[in-house]
Amino acid sequence: MSTHSEPQAHGSEEPTRRDFLYIATVAMGAVGVGGLAWPFIAQMNPDASALALSTSEVDVGSMQPGDQVSVMWRGKPVFIRYRTEEEIAAADDVSVDDLPDPSARLDIDPAALATNEARSIAENPAMILMLGVCTHLGCIPLSEAGDFGGWFCPCHGSHYDTAGRIRRGPAPENLPIPPYEFISDTTIRIG
Amino acid sequence: MALFSSRMIKRVLVAALVAIVPATAALAAGGGKAPREQDWSFAGFFGTYDTAQLQRGFQIYSENCSACHALSRVAFRNLMEPGGPEFSEAEVRAIAANYFIEDGPDSFGDMFERPGRLSDRFPPPFPNQEAAVAAMGAYPPDFSLLAKARAPTRGFPNFVFDIFTGYAENGPDYIYSLLTGYDADHVNPEGELGHYNPYFVNGEYIAMAQPLWDGMHVYQDGSPETISQYSKDVSAFMMWAAEPHLNARKEMGFRVMAFLLIFGSLVYMTKRRVWSTVEH
Amino acid sequence: MSGPSSYVPKTGVERWLDARLPVVRMMHGQFVEFPIPRNLNYMYTFGGILMIMLVSQIVTGIVLVMHYTPHADMAFNSVEHIMRDVNYGWLLRYMHAVGASMFFIAVYLHIFRGLYYGSYKEPREVLWILGVVIFLLMMATAFMGYVLVWGQMSFWGATVITNFFSVFPIVGDTLVQWLWGGFAVDNPTLNRFFSLHYLLPFMIFGVVILHVWALHVTGQTNPTGVEVKQKSDTVPFTPYATVKDLFAMVVFFALFAYFLFFLPNYLGHADNYIEANPLVTPAHIVPEWYFLPFYAILRAVPSALGGVLLMFGAIVVLFFLPWLDTSKVKSGSFRSVWFKAAFWVFAINAVWLGWLGSKPAEGWYVPAMQIGTVYYFAYFLIILPLLGLFETTKPLPASITDAVLSKAKTKTVASGAGQPAGATAAPETKG
Repeated sequence: MSTHSEPQAHGSEEPTRRDFLYIATVAMGAVGVGGLAWPFIAQMNPDASALALSTSEVDVGSMQPGDQVSVMWRGKPVFIRYRTEEEIAAADDVSVDDLPDPSARLDIDPAALATNEARSIAENPAMILMLGVCTHLGCIPLSEAGDFGGWFCPCHGSHYDTAGRIRRGPAPENLPIPPYEFISDTTIRIG
Repeated sequence: MALFSSRMIKRVLVAALVAIVPATAALAAGGGKAPREQDWSFAGFFGTYDTAQLQRGFQIYSENCSACHALSRVAFRNLMEPGGPEFSEAEVRAIAANYFIEDGPDSFGDMFERPGRLSDRFPPPFPNQEAAVAAMGAYPPDFSLLAKARAPTRGFPNFVFDIFTGYAENGPDYIYSLLTGYDADHVNPEGELGHYNPYFVNGEYIAMAQPLWDGMHVYQDGSPETISQYSKDVSAFMMWAAEPHLNARKEMGFRVMAFLLIFGSLVYMTKRRVWSTVEH
Repeated sequence: MSGPSSYVPKTGVERWLDARLPVVRMMHGQFVEFPIPRNLNYMYTFGGILMIMLVSQIVTGIVLVMHYTPHADMAFNSVEHIMRDVNYGWLLRYMHAVGASMFFIAVYLHIFRGLYYGSYKEPREVLWILGVVIFLLMMATAFMGYVLVWGQMSFWGATVITNFFSVFPIVGDTLVQWLWGGFAVDNPTLNRFFSLHYLLPFMIFGVVILHVWALHVTGQTNPTGVEVKQKSDTVPFTPYATVKDLFAMVVFFALFAYFLFFLPNYLGHADNYIEANPLVTPAHIVPEWYFLPFYAILRAVPSALGGVLLMFGAIVVLFFLPWLDTSKVKSGSFRSVWFKAAFWVFAINAVWLGWLGSKPAEGWYVPAMQIGTVYYFAYFLIILPLLGLFETTKPLPASITDAVLSKAKTKTVASGAGQPAGATAAPETKG
């Protein structure tokens, strides 16, 4: 490569000093490329307006036993169901030991066991609030359907009971319960 | 604060050149009179917003301007973000709750109004531009971008100097000049209905009457309650509304320039080393 | 191109690939071993800078599209959404907007370097023409990108520019409606501009590959204009050109960063922060700064058709430049003082036309625009054809090596020390 006619005036340069300069330059360049890359990656994260929409509010004051509403929260449906006596009885009538997923899947208490009581709304145990997204591959389950009278996912046949717990089918987990609180006697804020 | 005043540098440069090109300098003022340049905390290479000033500016906006001027691209949550007025979350929730936001439809299919939340944007005072014109006679422009949209072009030679001084405050300078530029003693010529203001970009008569007067707003922090101070504060607030990430931008700019200086020096030394054996 | 490659695959994987797709061998031949004249100055670094700027515009553009909505009712809002809400959105959008200006700064310097050193002359005519094609595509891309913001200047700029086509007799109105997809600039126009703005950069990329291919067939020019004759005239591309180009890029990035972080709106127009309104025309419609010289030429004559033809002619004349310049001497450094004077007047005239382009076509601006336009065309159509026939040029060095060594002996400043092109033209350095 170095066949050009110039004499190698500085050919005897101490190699360590030169190596240090080259390594420092390359390292600094790598830092620059890394720093430049970050904004291009970070821009795909949820933006400020999406993060700000992380709460939804719903008024449940007019709900009657047997009613169900769906509210959008972070772009996904949240089911709120005011259950009938039979549905509550069916939900109470199962031992946690018999469930495929023994966890209550509470966002606020990951250790809770999947009893009907743990999954119900404390202020009104006839009601239940959970994310309406099948834990298998994200389809929306149908209500009052399936072998357990709760929810049934038509995509791959997952059966949930009246407390939203997986009982049969490919879904691995119970329907998760997001954080929520009553901000008035009848208004729930999700998120 | 800026380490050095860009205005000072510019004055020296202007003085040097104005002597050479008096004819072209006179052309500098485009539509209205050239705005009077103010000292802004966010001017220059290291300038950042003055939080207290933005809070006062927001006070002027909400007590005075918001009856007619929208701020529709700004969300309530922006008021508590770093680099802005930085109100506390509780304060911003209280501000938001004062506004009614149309939401819906509810389960009956009806739209309803509810108090504002952090995620909402400032609702406009008029439902659309036509309604605003019908009520006001002229459209009161939205404040969200006005400080960047009203930047009078700077004639030669100023636009050349601006590159070196980093002058980018045409917008707030203009708004300040306009708000303080009314002349109460001016007698309109017959048939002219507007309000005389020599700084207005679009002719000398503006539809808006003088909006600010001495003492009409009460400041909690002891700042002077004058037209000048009110105008300055609301101009700064409008600059923030138009460019909310200015602080972050300049901070990153400083880091990038420092990086390029160091990296550039290393590359230059490498280049010298590589070429040292070749006459060129 | 560079003769048989000396690339030797070291690992088994490299040998395997080399036998099937010798892409590493090609890159090694073109960007490592490739011989470049040893006397290139920093004006020859803008090609690499432009390559990086094209990549930068494509990458930031792809990312912006993830957040932008090409619809007349939502485009402006989505740009503001990027500026306010998207993570680092303000940075990416300013990189793209300021980057467009930086791209043009670099391309104009690149073109003027070519004009001074005669880079368009035999055997580089095709290389030059491909460059003009890239320039045209760049202008189309930049114009359509500016429309996507859907501010007042976007909308009215689009209206004015598309109306150029209405001046053509008979077909004009039909043509403009076809461009608009309606009876005015509206949502269909925005959508097709969006589609084309996304497509054209990749076409530019394709033509750039041809441009580099043509360059590597003929080899680069150099400040002496004497072709490479022997091995000692050249140095290998890597590390010599790579490290020098890298340094120039860092300096250029510093300029880019300065505008990006401290004056991001300096090169734009304030009216584009007002959402497009078909009912209100801004007081002065001006294009982005990089179109201003052509905008001045457009308005130099009272006839609309004449103005449009002149403006397109200002680009078309560049295609014929290789045959208009009759001088056998390539480099401006070895041509007469008359050439240098004519060249620098041309450069100043271009800036002057740019300033006039920002002014309304009234008063003394009009004759000034006319004088500028006349000189622009006279440079290509009269001065360059005639000057080459009559001027006395300086004696050329026998080879690049001779030029370099004689210069080193006279202990004058090396041409590679960051001097502008004009500095290397100083006759005393030629002894």
